[in-house]
Amino acid sequence: MSERSDITLTINGHAHAIRVEPRRTLVDAIREDCGQTGTHIGCEHGVCGACTVLVDGEPVRSCLMLAVQADGREIRTVEGLANGDDLNPLQRAFMEHHGLQCGFCTPGFLMLVTGVLEREPDISDDDLVDVLSSNLCRCTGYQSIVKAVRAAAAQMRR
Amino acid sequence: MNAPTKDSGLAWVGRAIRRVEDPALLGGRGRFTADLPAALRVRFVRSPVAAGRIERIAIPEGANVVTAADLAAVKPIMPALHKFGYVPIAQPVLASGCVRFVGEPIAAALAGSEAQAEDVADAVSVDIAASAAVIDARAALADGAPLVHAQAARNLVVEGKVETPGFAAVQGAAHRLIAIELRSRRQNATPLEGRAGHAAFDPVSGRVTLTCATQMPHLLRTAIADLIGMPEGDLRVIAPDVGGGFGQKMSLVPEYVVLVWLARKLESSVAWTEDRRENLIASFHSRDQSIRLQGAFAADAKLLALSAEVVANVGAYSCYPTTCAVEPLMAMAELPGPYDVRAYACVARGVLTNTCPMAPYRGVSRPVITTALERLMDAAAAEFGIEPVEIRRRNLIEKFPYTSVTGLVFDAGSYQQTLEMAAAAIDVPAFRRRQQQARSQRRYLGIGFAAFSERTGYGTPAFAARGMGVTLGWETVELAMDPSGWVEVRIGASPHGQGLRTTIAQLVADELGLAPDRIKVVHGDTDRTPYGWGTFASRSLVIAGGASVLAARKVRAKLKKIASHLMEAAADDIVLTDGVARVAGTDRTLPIETLARAAYHQVHLFKGEIDPAICETATYDPPGTFSNACHACIVEVDPETGRVTIARFVVAEDAGRLVNPMIVDGQIVGGVAQGIGNALLEEIVYDEGGNVLTATLADFLPPTSREMPPIELLHLETLDGTTVTQAKGLGEGGAIGAPAAVLNAVNDALAPFGVTIEEIPATPRRIRAALRQATKKPR
Repeated sequence: MSERSDITLTINGHAHAIRVEPRRTLVDAIREDCGQTGTHIGCEHGVCGACTVLVDGEPVRSCLMLAVQADGREIRTVEGLANGDDLNPLQRAFMEHHGLQCGFCTPGFLMLVTGVLEREPDISDDDLVDVLSSNLCRCTGYQSIVKAVRAAAAQMRR
Repeated sequence: MNAPTKDSGLAWVGRAIRRVEDPALLGGRGRFTADLPAALRVRFVRSPVAAGRIERIAIPEGANVVTAADLAAVKPIMPALHKFGYVPIAQPVLASGCVRFVGEPIAAALAGSEAQAEDVADAVSVDIAASAAVIDARAALADGAPLVHAQAARNLVVEGKVETPGFAAVQGAAHRLIAIELRSRRQNATPLEGRAGHAAFDPVSGRVTLTCATQMPHLLRTAIADLIGMPEGDLRVIAPDVGGGFGQKMSLVPEYVVLVWLARKLESSVAWTEDRRENLIASFHSRDQSIRLQGAFAADAKLLALSAEVVANVGAYSCYPTTCAVEPLMAMAELPGPYDVRAYACVARGVLTNTCPMAPYRGVSRPVITTALERLMDAAAAEFGIEPVEIRRRNLIEKFPYTSVTGLVFDAGSYQQTLEMAAAAIDVPAFRRRQQQARSQRRYLGIGFAAFSERTGYGTPAFAARGMGVTLGWETVELAMDPSGWVEVRIGASPHGQGLRTTIAQLVADELGLAPDRIKVVHGDTDRTPYGWGTFASRSLVIAGGASVLAARKVRAKLKKIASHLMEAAADDIVLTDGVARVAGTDRTLPIETLARAAYHQVHLFKGEIDPAICETATYDPPGTFSNACHACIVEVDPETGRVTIARFVVAEDAGRLVNPMIVDGQIVGGVAQGIGNALLEEIVYDEGGNVLTATLADFLPPTSREMPPIELLHLETLDGTTVTQAKGLGEGGAIGAPAAVLNAVNDALAPFGVTIEEIPATPRRIRAALRQATKKPR
């Protein structure tokens, strides 16, 4: 098989020195090589968004990015949101508004929203629905996710 | 009787408490099957053709690949049904001799990583002599069609027939006959987590643990042990966090059998996680049905007789445990729905084709039959010149218990009331005025209703009537209180997103006078839980919840006896509340922890009258109960593009007592979303050669937040004591009613053009095709 490269993935502030094939996707590297299994794989073709993580602050489909492309960049995943057992306001809002059922798509939604609200804290309700349409959820019908994100955005603005 | 729960006397049931499942899932600390490390990864080599004979499988030198030849001692999957001329169909876990659908597994390739396993699978070359395939069910029934299995003549695998005495006379005497033909295209349940299995051999015990994304761990254990011929005790099945199922994960997955066989053979750990393409082409499909329906109406629009012909495309094999007969036979039994009709004739056929096997999916047949019946009602309303609400008002059942024409007993419900609630909420007269104004501006709005019943929580009598080889139904719960007063509720049901750990804790909390956080619900592990059937058919809260309450009542009785000894009071005078045992009418209390400790450490105090320890078991096997609802929606159809926009969607529903209203609402809205997908978007498309053309989520289209209207929910709670908890099931209703409501609304919008759409999904392409045929030009 093709030659492997030594790269460093910085995930939630921790540096992971790993050796990967060039074809290794970022999500596989995060999950398999760095052991951070909170990020999920839903389609491997960039549609469902379950694997969304932040790379240098931008939401990225980690199934569509190669691990070598993330070498040396700042990656944030769902494991970095809470402070120990203390959920952050967005996570708490998902709990309050029943924004998750099976929880499989949830990490992707949390990271998508985190990236968007950091960039655009005053995003309009309508634009928010558009942004959320980036990711698929099969359980909730989205209504509760939209409510949770609106509540979290309002709280963050305060 | 129909007021939402208030003053129920219950401390925890009826409250929208937060879910105990959430913190781990929100923190990325959920544990799904694919998260487990394994020594070897498996990729399956799959058939690229829909029908043919395997002539040669060429495996590269040194590659780790197994085929059917290696698994010769493994029996084929062979679900049984003893009724309706069912033809038993055998499915080898890896294709043996011939292939019958695109995606059928032929070989398993193993390597240290998924990518390497995929390389190995790609290097396997399979020579197949392709033969003619048949894809469409009505074509498969035709003379001379290729046979999918030689023993099933005309590809007919099951045929149910029913006709009430004197049917023809009732139909012949009717005022008006109205016929429709409805086609429901093929859907995929599409849980965000696909199938995934991990089998690990333990060299010390010789046992294998299969961790997998399943809805039925115990039955999976039995089925796999049977097929492999291993002692059942040597297999442990764990359903960890499971990323949705919706029925797709309740059938036996052939690939899991291969994993267990590999783990035993290699004495190692092996794992397989399907990719989305595998899920869309080779996991189970659903819904592919065609229904011809004829209603005979009296002059007052009362439905007198109903006749139906149902053709269900069941795919290439029969699923275990329900068999592929589940769709056509449920259609036959439940087609009359919530309407009072006393003459009924139906022929329902299950037909084999060279397509992915079908299996239950949220609603099982009822989304299709409800759409057919509700289309018939709207067609009749139009003929009689009355409102859709009015024809339903005249035909819905209203006296209970009601025994249907097929012998189903409907317990008390609120069919008429939910119809009126939905109609009032959506304000039909105001809508009709708006609709007229809009038409004058060449905008086309439509309104659609769906009134329906949802049969839920049924036990062995209902399954026995189906004649399956496996009679599903009861649930057993084991409820233990440890010496520190913590409660563990071990259930056979296997939730995967429904929040059952929360709701069952609420039910038990009220029985024991404890807070729910003292109660841990354990599920999804055959080593830790009593044998049970799992989670499907809107049964878990009703049946496992009912058994939990029955077990909790036994524990409560024991705690009161213990308290009576320790507090020197009559057991009947003890009440358990707020974590203490209290002698009624006094301030004398003892913490429940003290009673628990005494049950283990101070048994001598009971003078032999109370057995040590606190662990009680109870089984619940109910006859079943019907939830009911009415969906109403308003759509706008753009005649230029065929795009449908849903402006409003109202659900008025009655599922008895709401144990956790937040979770109830989540189940309904989530179900409606899948129903909207079914109505407008989601379709598995095959070409004539049997290739799936919709093998990505860019082609098969579940709704996104953009397609979802706000769902307006109205609740009634009919409490008639049919179930232990007074709760009825509601997991499927959203998906059952929504397709009918949406399709009726689309057709109402298209009325000025004189065209109808009798096919779902009603895609822009289908709507435009219908409009091109339009004979009428709207004003």
